[in-house]
Amino acid sequence: MKTDDLILALSADVPPRGPSLAIALGAAVAAGAVAALVGMQLTLGLRPDILAALATPRFLFKCVETAALTLMAVRLAAQMARPGAPRWSAEAGLFVPALLLFGAVALELASVPEASWARRMVGVNGAICLVMVPALSLAPLALLLAALRRSASESGALTGLVAGLAAGGIGAFFYAAHGTDDSPLFVAVWYTLAIGLVAALGAGLGWRLLRW
Amino acid sequence: MTETAMTETAPTETATTEEWAALMRAALKGEGTAYRRLLTALAPVLRVAARRILDRAGADAQNVEDVVQETLLAIHLKRQTWDPAQPLMPWVWAIARHKVLDALRRQGRRVHVPIDELDAVLADTAAKADDAHAGNDVARLAESLSGRERAVVEAVYLAGASTTEAGLRLAMSEGAVRRALHRALKRLAAGDGGAQS
Repeated sequence: MKTDDLILALSADVPPRGPSLAIALGAAVAAGAVAALVGMQLTLGLRPDILAALATPRFLFKCVETAALTLMAVRLAAQMARPGAPRWSAEAGLFVPALLLFGAVALELASVPEASWARRMVGVNGAICLVMVPALSLAPLALLLAALRRSASESGALTGLVAGLAAGGIGAFFYAAHGTDDSPLFVAVWYTLAIGLVAALGAGLGWRLLRW
Repeated sequence: MTETAMTETAPTETATTEEWAALMRAALKGEGTAYRRLLTALAPVLRVAARRILDRAGADAQNVEDVVQETLLAIHLKRQTWDPAQPLMPWVWAIARHKVLDALRRQGRRVHVPIDELDAVLADTAAKADDAHAGNDVARLAESLSGRERAVVEAVYLAGASTTEAGLRLAMSEGAVRRALHRALKRLAAGDGGAQS
């Protein structure tokens, strides 16, 4: 095909189809959250003391931490999806959940006796967390990657990894409404591991799916 | 190569690149004519950039046109990833770079052109493309011709169409194509294409 013919063909196809990238990503997060919520209700259910838990800072920290991770990771993914777009401020945004976690861990270590550190860190549902957070994250990850297919990221694997962080954040947010291990020490170990698994899966899938 | 062209930052906004950004904004609103003008203006710049980078990487320069077409296609398919509030060219360069590196990888070349250097080559190309006096490349010179002559030169010389084909495509009679070509070639040969705008 000659280049001019290509240009003619392309210019006959101008009106962009489908929603903008930002809208597609927003919709993926919303639909992913609904899917994770339904999945959580069908399999685990809310913890019985959810109303009382809502008033405790440790429970609220789990919600804020996972929500912050999701928001910052989606924001970064949106920047990575745009070729040549500046990324440093979106990258810096990932420090928000990281610093929140460090701060909460430091507070916890300072406020509870050393003898209870190990018990709080190991918790009771570590294994369930490690299975259920990734399970609840699968639908959000699939939706985010589908939205990112329209992206043009310079590294599919890295963008997939960041999408995995966002999806892991969504899964962890809803798992948090079931799990009764509220200590930031538990969150720092098990949630991080579980979300890390999702991020690794996202990187692998992104490498394959986000090529262009 | 000037100091500014060597810096890593994308070429500064010039009248040309601002006009291109305006064309892209119009294109995103559905204006096919603006879009065709933009792609037609970008193609020669992309061609020069692709040729220079492939040459520089010691790669087979035969598929320059493939790279140009892949880049144009990617620009088209990914046009929604451009933020109209941002300058256009960094976005175009990033896509072009991605496609050139892709082509080098496909040829089994170790990509030994550092990214920064690619940016510099691209920035330099852009600077030259803005400068109508530079170079003796047909693509670059064609840039300096007025719209109709430029279209004819590009169709016939760069895309390899016959005058009949070009006439059909440009909605001109074959005689008009020949006359436009003749005028354009005389101007190019005289080297004063830059006087036209």
